[in-house]
Amino acid sequence: MVEQKPHIVEYLTNIYVWIALATLTIITIWVSEFDLKLLTVTVALGVASIKATLVLMYFMHLRFDSKILTIMVLVTMIVFLSLIVFTFFDYSYRS
Amino acid sequence: MTNTQKHTDFYDNEGKPAWKAWLTTTDHKRIGLLYFYSLTVFFLVGVLLGLMMRFELISPGKDLVEAQTYNGLFTLHGVIMIFLFVIPGIPAVFGNLTLPLLLGARDVAFPKLNLLSWYLYIGGAILALSTLLVGDGPPDTGWTFYAPYSVKTGTNVSMAVLSAFILGFSSILTGLNFLTTIHRMRCPGMTWFRMPLFAWALYATSWIQLLATPVVGITLLMIVVERWLGIGLFDPVLGGDPVLYQHLFWIYSHPAVYIMILPGMGVISEIIPTFSRRRIFGYKAIAYASLAIAFIGYFVWGHHMFTAGMSGPARIIFSVLTFLVAIPSAIKVFNWLATMYNGSIDLKPPMLYALGFIFLFLIGGLSGLVVGALATDVHLHDTYFVVGHFHYVMFGGTGFAFFAALHYWFPKIFGRMYNIKHATRAFWLLFTGFNVLYFPMLVLGIMGMPRRYYDYLPQFQIPNVISTVGSWITVAGLIYMIVVIVKGIRNGEKAAANPWNGLTLDWQTDSPPTKENFDVIPTVTERPYEYK
Ligand code: HEM
Ligand SMILES: [Cu+2]
Repeated sequence: MVEQKPHIVEYLTNIYVWIALATLTIITIWVSEFDLKLLTVTVALGVASIKATLVLMYFMHLRFDSKILTIMVLVTMIVFLSLIVFTFFDYSYRS
Repeated sequence: MTNTQKHTDFYDNEGKPAWKAWLTTTDHKRIGLLYFYSLTVFFLVGVLLGLMMRFELISPGKDLVEAQTYNGLFTLHGVIMIFLFVIPGIPAVFGNLTLPLLLGARDVAFPKLNLLSWYLYIGGAILALSTLLVGDGPPDTGWTFYAPYSVKTGTNVSMAVLSAFILGFSSILTGLNFLTTIHRMRCPGMTWFRMPLFAWALYATSWIQLLATPVVGITLLMIVVERWLGIGLFDPVLGGDPVLYQHLFWIYSHPAVYIMILPGMGVISEIIPTFSRRRIFGYKAIAYASLAIAFIGYFVWGHHMFTAGMSGPARIIFSVLTFLVAIPSAIKVFNWLATMYNGSIDLKPPMLYALGFIFLFLIGGLSGLVVGALATDVHLHDTYFVVGHFHYVMFGGTGFAFFAALHYWFPKIFGRMYNIKHATRAFWLLFTGFNVLYFPMLVLGIMGMPRRYYDYLPQFQIPNVISTVGSWITVAGLIYMIVVIVKGIRNGEKAAANPWNGLTLDWQTDSPPTKENFDVIPTVTERPYEYK
């Protein structure tokens, strides 16, 4: 059986991550002031993805857990992304 | 209880009243049996509805029911068979009964969650069946609930859809449970590549249950939202897109066919080596093929939409991808055949059902390639060819694998043995009836008879009569099988712990097993199926 080893994340690390998340939120709001045309959604989703990654890695401890969990999350993401890509591929060719 | 044995088996209620001991159990074997009995009931209801449809189709014009009733019949038949029988099917019953035994564990990872899954299953099932009794009549959309019709029909679609939503949760939780069990509960020495192939198949299946089911859950809720709040998601009149519904629906429902068939393939991979006395040929290839089928299975859903107005390039890509799934499936079939080659084959009922599976799945799979090819599908889409095809896969494949598993693990679960001679006869009756029932459907489809109609043109009559007669033979075979099984449970001969001389861990413990499965947790030192 796999032993549960306690992983204590330092307070300071958590605070840094929190500051990073807050900063990214501010960026999202700030960027919405500009008209980026097609890039609007890309930028918003990009920033949100970085935030989600930070939460997953630090607050949800993926960084400190066994690699297999990270692989599982990645596989899930890849499947999910492919489903969206395939669906919109059809739409891009419909007139 | 005056039990003088050293330890009691898992049927012992430990002083509790029987109903309480069963309905609050967290023992994986008891939960497996709860699923077994409830699935059997729903399966029989589904068969009854199928029988009524075949009766209606014995001649052109109205014979038994009105057109609208017929629409309700095929919808409920489909919903029951899909959501209440084949999808939970082998994992819920035989996965629960045997997975911990196969892994050398005492139970699944989350026993209470396991019981909750069963209650969700029952709740969803009751909701599905009550569409018959309350409201404005059973849904008439087909089990696929295609929009925009499902948004507009006055029948009980919202309730049916909500029941499928609840059943989805049951499925997700079972998948989660098995995934964790396989990762965390394997006994000492059982590395990934020493796992029995049924466990591998359940592993691949669980991933699909976990990742695909939420999609259909949300999609079905979108139908309810559209029906109740009039938000235009799928109905073009409200600015929605009906093809989007088909995308979302099949993103789940194609992978779902692998939820149905992969565990069946796993069962066959257990039975073939045991009854051939041979080491399985290509163990790793079969294990990887399960994962490959699960993975590729996510990207082929568009083959259900070739005629639905999908764009040209998307149709071609989905057709090509569909052909890719045939490769790992064929790898498995060839490996089973290679395992049997030069073995000393023992045609006991489990083996007969396994061979029946291979034969029927072959027809199902090959006819699947015919509808997977873009050009031929344009001709065959929505004809009886499709009805023939999916019955060969789901009933001939998963159904027969279910019966194979039942005859294989029967002595382990019930501690008794059924009558082999009668079980063999029941198999042949069922197998014959099956082909008489469904082969004419393939022919009818090529002749051009559309599906989901209560009536047909006179030139289609002869194959329809043959098919209806086949449904009677099939049902006779099913009844025969059930009688043999029930008699076996009631007063079959006491079975030895390992009547088939299997080598996997499930056979190395008592029949029926004790509550804790093993007195001492075993240690594994070699691969399964090392028959000498
Ligand atoms: C004796 C057993 C059975 C009989 C006589 C039977 C008969 C039929 C018939 C005649 C139809 C076509 C209705 C139509 O298109 O007009 C049908 C549809 C269907 N059957 Fe069966 N069937 C049986 C067992 C099964 C089993 C075991 C399964 C699944 C494991 C199954 C799954 C389905 C599904 C999903 C449909 C499609 C429903 C729809 O169009 O929405 N059937 N069946
Ligand atoms: Cu499909």
